[in-house]
Amino acid sequence: MNLSLLVLMPLITAIVVLFSRREGGARWVSLTGVTVQLLLSFGLLILYWKERAAGSMGMLFEYRHVWFKPLNIWYHVGVDGISVAMILLTAVVMVAAVLVSWRVQSWDKEFFVLLLFLSAGAYGFFLSLDLFTLFFFLEISVIPKFLLIGIWGSGKKEYSAMKLALMLMGGSALVFVGLLGVYYNTGGAAGPYTFDWPVIAQVHLPVEAQRRFFPLLFVGFGIFTALFPFHTWVPDGHSSAPTAASMFLAGISMKLGGYGCLRVAVSLMPIAAREYSPVIILLATIAIVYGAFATMMQKDLKYINAYSSISHCGFILLGIGMLTRTAVMGAVMQMISHGLMTALFFAAIGMIYDRTHTRLVERLGGLLKIMPFISTIFVIAGLCSLGLPGLSGFVAEVTVFMGSWQRTGEAYRIATILACASIVITAVYILRATGQSIMGPVKDQQYYGLADATWNEKLAAVILGAGIIAIGVAPFWLSDLLNIK
Amino acid sequence: MWADTILSLRQELLVAVIIFLLLFIKVGAAAYRTEVILHLVNLLLLVNFALGFWEYRDSILFNGMFHTNKLLVLEKNILNLGTLIISLQAYSWLKDHRQATEFYILLLSTLMGFFFMISSGNLLMFYLGLELSTIPLTALSSFDLEKRQSSEAAMKFILSSAFSSGLLLFGISLLYGATGTLSFDIIAQRLDGSAFQLFAFILILSGFAFKISAVPFHLWTADVYEGSPITVTAYLSVISKGAVFFIFIQTLYTVFKPMAGNWYRILVLLSVLTMVTGNLFALRQNKLKRLLAFSSIAQSGFILAGITGSSRAGDASVIYFILVYIFSNLGAFGVVSFISTQTGRESIDDYKGLYATNPLLSWIMALSLFSLAGIPPTAGFFGKFFLLMAGAGKGNYVFIGIAALNMVISLYYYLRVIKAIFMDSQPQPIGKLKIPLLPNIAFLVCLGGIVVMGLMGWVYDYIYSLSIGF
Repeated sequence: MNLSLLVLMPLITAIVVLFSRREGGARWVSLTGVTVQLLLSFGLLILYWKERAAGSMGMLFEYRHVWFKPLNIWYHVGVDGISVAMILLTAVVMVAAVLVSWRVQSWDKEFFVLLLFLSAGAYGFFLSLDLFTLFFFLEISVIPKFLLIGIWGSGKKEYSAMKLALMLMGGSALVFVGLLGVYYNTGGAAGPYTFDWPVIAQVHLPVEAQRRFFPLLFVGFGIFTALFPFHTWVPDGHSSAPTAASMFLAGISMKLGGYGCLRVAVSLMPIAAREYSPVIILLATIAIVYGAFATMMQKDLKYINAYSSISHCGFILLGIGMLTRTAVMGAVMQMISHGLMTALFFAAIGMIYDRTHTRLVERLGGLLKIMPFISTIFVIAGLCSLGLPGLSGFVAEVTVFMGSWQRTGEAYRIATILACASIVITAVYILRATGQSIMGPVKDQQYYGLADATWNEKLAAVILGAGIIAIGVAPFWLSDLLNIK
Repeated sequence: MWADTILSLRQELLVAVIIFLLLFIKVGAAAYRTEVILHLVNLLLLVNFALGFWEYRDSILFNGMFHTNKLLVLEKNILNLGTLIISLQAYSWLKDHRQATEFYILLLSTLMGFFFMISSGNLLMFYLGLELSTIPLTALSSFDLEKRQSSEAAMKFILSSAFSSGLLLFGISLLYGATGTLSFDIIAQRLDGSAFQLFAFILILSGFAFKISAVPFHLWTADVYEGSPITVTAYLSVISKGAVFFIFIQTLYTVFKPMAGNWYRILVLLSVLTMVTGNLFALRQNKLKRLLAFSSIAQSGFILAGITGSSRAGDASVIYFILVYIFSNLGAFGVVSFISTQTGRESIDDYKGLYATNPLLSWIMALSLFSLAGIPPTAGFFGKFFLLMAGAGKGNYVFIGIAALNMVISLYYYLRVIKAIFMDSQPQPIGKLKIPLLPNIAFLVCLGGIVVMGLMGWVYDYIYSLSIGF
């Protein structure tokens, strides 16, 4: 399979959207594009399984094309199980995101073009095997967010958009320096300097270089995934963004960081990763506990989900920091689970906000009687978030905990226990928010006239919900796919 | 013999022909319409651009005074392309200007000066080329004849230019005293890094630093950029700066190669100061011209970072960046110049709500600014990446880290403009503007360069194959 198709498809769709003339044409073209992309991703999954069953090892469907010859920079793509899973996640979230943006009124063409462009960056990032290509796609996915939040957002949107753009660019500046450090340490006996991931994985970077550049790369990517104390862009960015952008931001963009930490920082610099592992675990534990407590104080539904994302993404970093096979597997599962769950959550919140024009928990109430479908998906997302067995959140978090427990040593055990305990706090805030906004008496008489979800919203919720349940009920296919060594 | 000389000098000669042609038109009796003259000049510049692609063998003329090779031809062609774009963009401004002919005579004199400066193999020739370009430039900067601000800018410019030329000449004469020659090749052999030679070198370096507006020699820049007509500002910030960078890197890499250990540290310092100061001042500007002026100071800092690499990759990255910079900066200046000519509005606040009325201009501005900020997939990303990558070759990662963080700072003020254009609104937004054909072509060229150039790896490969380094 030609992997570049996955990057080109959103771009082609975006160009067609740009030239669509009919009223409402943009959304239909986008929906067609992202559906084709979803089918392509499923096709990739099936082909991948076939290849693996036939016994192929390493990266599959590799494609190399020279980009800047004198600097040994290549356009190099290829996939392993993790990338396939992430691509599938992106495709699912994109379909849902387009479906919930059905009613974007102003500048709808621009909206869909930017959204598609953003997704092209994410696909490219997950496919890249050359660090230059990877960095290129990482940065592509920053500026569309700025415009999406600033133009179509709500609340203090300009402030949030600016904060998000600057902090993420700060992260990528660190990644940039780290990548240059990696590049200039690959030369010598092994051949010319290179950005090529498989080659660097073979050379074993010098320990001194690993110690210097691991923190840069890890913190740089960590900013994308809300590493404490660089998480402050998350609440503002997520809550000001329009629904589709929130879904993409929390569902996919934050995973770019986790994926980068794993693929670039940890796997290319294993020695430094082991040395810095206590620091990572400390920061991740703080993020988990602090995020959970901070969520308790929130009154706005979007802020609740944004802060809980900090806590949940802490599990990703915790799993990566523990460095045991199971924990890392759990981290990747958490990336996927959180991607689906948070997208569903933001979709539900967006639907509620579209109708009631408020996101404040205290002003909502009794929604279950008025819009049963939306309330149900809200509850499903909430239960997934607090780790109810049978949904994906449980599978991922338990895997992280089991993997973390394998790391012996008192400090690691304490971190694991603290992380486990945070689930209780999660339950508190989720149940409280659900109880106040979904159950109970109807607080505002005007809510009685509101309609339930439309077909497009239902479809979006069903797609995301299916993913959550598929992983929750039968996690083995995912763990087989990931197959982390 | 003659044919050889003419062919080697083809770019300079054609520019000279245009100048004389304009001169004859001016003093001749027949009155031509301004449009005809503008079209003629643009056409001839296009011919000159095409001539640059004609490969001819390397040669050395006038007893080593004048060198030419493929790299220099390419550099001149880059400048020629930039001048052509500026000339196209200036069409709507010059069309109604009484002194359009004089404008071109002055402009092309500076271009010819730059050509000779880049090609020089001797300090005298270098100085001659530099002055041939500096003096008409000062006249150009006061070309808004009715505006006091414009004459003030010219005054400041000529004083600071004279000062920097003085420093440069002092350095050159000291170097002559130390080595007994003015020829680049022989100087390189006779340099031994003695204190006296170092002193001469510092003076020459200061002269250069003035021209590229490196901090702390940048004080003239903002006022001159603001006071001059926008077309001239664009020319100053792109062509003039680019040309000086071309000769600067050439002298550093060949003539002053024995002093590499000394100038490396100076350049790192200059680079950091220039980036930080340029960016910090740009943060609070409300006039677009001043903002672009300070941003162009900051960009000089990045270019200096590329020069410190002192490898072939360093040279190639600088030339590549200047090519990219021509497209991106001229795209931005083009929009500012067009809107200013049509409506007279130049501050960021005036741009609020621009997207609702002028989507095309807004996207040109946005892509140009993204390219200046170094956001992929625009060409600026590749330009910045290669500059810092070349700089990192020396292993000074603290320096590269500072540079990378400066890219984040610069993003803030570029995004401020984007925010005004796309997100804000105002009671009286700029009305719908119709772009005439020639500026439109110029915009398309800029946009094409910004969007496509990074994806075409062979541009960089070609530049790299010609570049020098050690």
